[in-house]
Amino acid sequence: MRALARVGAVRAAVVVLLAALAFGAVSSLVGEYRDLQLADGAYYFAALIGLSVLIGFGGKISLGHGAFMAVGAYAVALLVADEHWPLVGALAAATAVSALVGAVLGAAASRLQGPYLAGVTLTLAVALPQIGNRFPETLGGENGLVIDPPAPPSFLGSSFPPQRYLAWIAGLGALAALFFIYNMTRSGAGRALRAVRDDEVAAALCGCHVGRTQTVAFVLSAACAGLGGGLATVVLQLAQPGAFPLELSLRIFAAAVIGGVGSLWGAFWAAALLVLLPNWSHDIAQSLSLSGNVAANLPLAIYGVMLIVAMLLWPGGIQAGLRQLSGLLKRAYSSRHSVTQSNPAK
Amino acid sequence: MTQFIDLTLSGISNGAIYAAVALALVLIWRATRIVNFAQGAMLMITTYIAAALVEAGNPYWLALVVAVAAGLVFGALTELVLIRRVESAPPINAVIVTLGLLVFLEALAGMIWSDTPRAFPAAFSIQGYEVGHTRILFSPNSTFIVCVVALVALALGALFRYTSLGLKLRAAAFAPEVARLLGVRVGRMFTIGWALAAGVGALAGALVAPSTFVGPSNFDPILIFAFTAAVLGGLESPLGAIVGGVLIGLVLSYVSGYEGEALAPLAALAMLLLTLMLRPTGIFAASRERRV
Repeated sequence: MRALARVGAVRAAVVVLLAALAFGAVSSLVGEYRDLQLADGAYYFAALIGLSVLIGFGGKISLGHGAFMAVGAYAVALLVADEHWPLVGALAAATAVSALVGAVLGAAASRLQGPYLAGVTLTLAVALPQIGNRFPETLGGENGLVIDPPAPPSFLGSSFPPQRYLAWIAGLGALAALFFIYNMTRSGAGRALRAVRDDEVAAALCGCHVGRTQTVAFVLSAACAGLGGGLATVVLQLAQPGAFPLELSLRIFAAAVIGGVGSLWGAFWAAALLVLLPNWSHDIAQSLSLSGNVAANLPLAIYGVMLIVAMLLWPGGIQAGLRQLSGLLKRAYSSRHSVTQSNPAK
Repeated sequence: MTQFIDLTLSGISNGAIYAAVALALVLIWRATRIVNFAQGAMLMITTYIAAALVEAGNPYWLALVVAVAAGLVFGALTELVLIRRVESAPPINAVIVTLGLLVFLEALAGMIWSDTPRAFPAAFSIQGYEVGHTRILFSPNSTFIVCVVALVALALGALFRYTSLGLKLRAAAFAPEVARLLGVRVGRMFTIGWALAAGVGALAGALVAPSTFVGPSNFDPILIFAFTAAVLGGLESPLGAIVGGVLIGLVLSYVSGYEGEALAPLAALAMLLLTLMLRPTGIFAASRERRV
């Protein structure tokens, strides 16, 4: 068993290493604008991967991940701006603080199902970012908190673009989340989570502690969101209530479902969607010369429609769709092969 | 003391609104075991329709009637077109569909009417009554709101209790299979349930709009407060929704009056968590078996 666990960790390390290489290569090839997009995608990915596991493996919905991001974002802003912590420490602390908030809520969440949990987390998403407005002296009110942009270290060279440095920081954070979650989903904890999702009674009979398993899933997912929020503060150098409206929580949730929950690739597609959809819809709006109101709301409308369509037609999201497609192609390929092989005999 | 009385009074009139929307949520929950997270967005659309009618120079009462009628149609259509297709899927799918509808409707409203909120007239004066020499925070319009909500609640209660339609609605919700065998058209009952709920929601939207203004996301807080109220009442009982709504209205009024408006949603969250932790069946639950 122990050897297996080590193999699992090695596999996760290899996956993360490959992802890191791909990320580094892409970010070195593209320009400053794309680097910022990569940074955006990376912090979204960190938040999404937790949510994806919570929905897909835990069978629980959270509409409050924007709020957990806000917790992480404010934690980093406070620690970096006021306490002058180094980034790594601040990010770790942000992750821990959101995990703590997640634990408080998760204790309740583990007892809640479907609509109740959705309602509680929806309330959280509306309630939590408001705190920034209530305590303007410490949390900066509407204007929020500002931090200095992190400067690239000297060993990267003086001409290293700061946008790429931001992308790398966010990318490293996202990879840490990936490593952690990848390991978790392939460990006993991940199996327990799936068992509990599919049948709580059966899982309990097999010795899974149902409540604890679900609380842990919630805490992990909140921690990932907090890390994502902290990374967002680093990338944007700003944490303010307006950055975490209910709409953000709904957008993240929609993207996670559309990307495909319960699969790490699903979180990747979701992050790509969150970053690219605004651009695409901007292009669409321009080419169709839509009015400002329509153009501004187009991305949200697309999320809404895709969410409904995905649920009605394609509950597995993009990732399941791709898997089906590749399965179909493989089958078509192999059947053609068998046909050509059987033909000469005729 | 005056502040306390004022907060209590405004809490009651706000609570009536939360109660009405909570009632809408409970109606749908009873009919189809779905919490309609799109309820806030649906009443937002119907209120926009009413606002557009008023702006075009039509009388207020016509706009109100059209809004409620639009709500009825909207609710029925939602059930027929969307919800019916996910009824047999895991419950999480239906929740996600209503969320998709919420997101889509808010975007749609922004596209048609822009994101800038607009004003909406009140039926009666919103100047508070004068008692002695002080104005209290309770206006003729507040009286109107409380009376309308009470009337609607009574009418719905009578409908469920004394009519054969009400009996069929309850049967379809309580035991769909048996009801179907006994000749109740269960699908149609679900549609009617959704229509009734959206109609009540539309009414609540038009009533609250003078104070919240009409904007794409202006009714989000109403939805979460109403959800809290419904859970407080057990999500199952219409009477519970009404009492829960008034209770939530009072608590939020005190919290925003004494501690600031920003903390009101947090207070709702605290109440929600406390209810679910201590008495998950709500304060009015008949049975204690329901798992939350």
